[in-house]
Amino acid sequence: MADLKARIAKRTAQEFHDGDVVNLGIGLPTMVADYIPDDIDIILHSENGFTGLAGAAEPGKEDVDVINSGGGYVTHVDHGNFFGSEESFSIVRGGHVDATVLGAMEVDDKGNLANWIVPGKMVAGMGGAMDLVVGAKKVIIAMLHTQKGKHKILKECTLPLTAKNVVNMIITEMGVMEVTDKGLVLTERYADYSVDDIKAATGCDLIIADNLKVNPVEE
Amino acid sequence: MINKIRTADEAVAGIKDGMTIMVGGFLGTGTPEILIDALVKKGVKHLTVIANDGGLPAAATGTTDRGVAKLLTAGMVDHIIASHVGMNPYIGDHMADGTLQCTLFPQGSLAEKIRAGGVGLGGVLTPTGVGTLIETGEKIPIGDREISISEPKETIKIDGKLYLLEKPLRADYALCRASICDEYGNFTCYKATKNFNAVMAKAADTVILASEKIVNIGEHHVDTFHHAGVYVDYIVGGEKPWQI
Repeated sequence: MADLKARIAKRTAQEFHDGDVVNLGIGLPTMVADYIPDDIDIILHSENGFTGLAGAAEPGKEDVDVINSGGGYVTHVDHGNFFGSEESFSIVRGGHVDATVLGAMEVDDKGNLANWIVPGKMVAGMGGAMDLVVGAKKVIIAMLHTQKGKHKILKECTLPLTAKNVVNMIITEMGVMEVTDKGLVLTERYADYSVDDIKAATGCDLIIADNLKVNPVEE
Repeated sequence: MINKIRTADEAVAGIKDGMTIMVGGFLGTGTPEILIDALVKKGVKHLTVIANDGGLPAAATGTTDRGVAKLLTAGMVDHIIASHVGMNPYIGDHMADGTLQCTLFPQGSLAEKIRAGGVGLGGVLTPTGVGTLIETGEKIPIGDREISISEPKETIKIDGKLYLLEKPLRADYALCRASICDEYGNFTCYKATKNFNAVMAKAADTVILASEKIVNIGEHHVDTFHHAGVYVDYIVGGEKPWQI
């Protein structure tokens, strides 16, 4: 499983361009930072109030004034900048974030996203997620394709939405999908999953790209 | 010059049962702990708290409750208005048993609502939340009850694009935290302690600023201070860095 998550993180990191401002969600999306190609430089936005997020702080060397949005002690690059929450979300809604990567409980072929509440079970709150998916220029969902076999990619989300028509791309251990006007298009698959495997794990129609790319399985 | 310096106990003395208070901080970072402690000691009830989150419970810090969590644990809060409450299980548990009301706003909307309240605007129009239960106010089941975590909101179309009208938020008191301030209350919050502190300092009838350091007027260059002391009513010294 750890290898599959690393695969997703590594593939997601290929989506960025030199100079991009990127916001990574908690969990698997945070792992994407470990796989940024050497030839590009991105700056990470941390919605609690800074740009220039670097790695986790070394135990014993934490600066208690520097946390990420999950509350963990982190470090920052020297060209980072700190600001209040109103400024942080001016950056987000104002279209100054090039890409955001988040996980999903459900996502559908219209680009609707649900990842903040499970009625009857969990009310975590949306935090900055609703603003991020509405404001970022590109919204990438990076997640395992199913929840222990249960479909997460659907014809229509059943959980309360985070936002409507916002997702551009879904990257899973099985492949890469793009949300288009015609529906969800499978553009890449990993060699260890057949098109039929992916269709079976997906709860909506999948359009197979004519030039479907087959990515090799790395050991 | 007006003397704004107070002890923590003096500064919170006017906070009464049923008041609405804003508390700066993000999961405790940037929260004025000495003011929270003084308020817990005073022991007021039925507060409405406006904060980004519910702070951190002792289980998460490994030591003590942090920030708003102290007010919640002490049973002082009837209603919390926040953007994220998942890190403090007290909130979910007490929403389920009906003893705590929780209203959620997207984090950017929460910041703008407070800003609007502080700068004399009738609200803001944001695309965030359109098409979700933040717009519709639809109730959700929790335990065996149905609860409201959002009031229905008006939508307004501007140049073909739909926005939600988010109305202003204000409070009776704001409890804010600075890293450094002068004796007039001009202040700066270092690094990620900024979060909601400056915006909340504009949006309350009475603003209390707890600072790690208080310097004499003129001791530092005026550009040391990013936020205007005109917003600040009381200054309390002795705020400490959080001890891990």
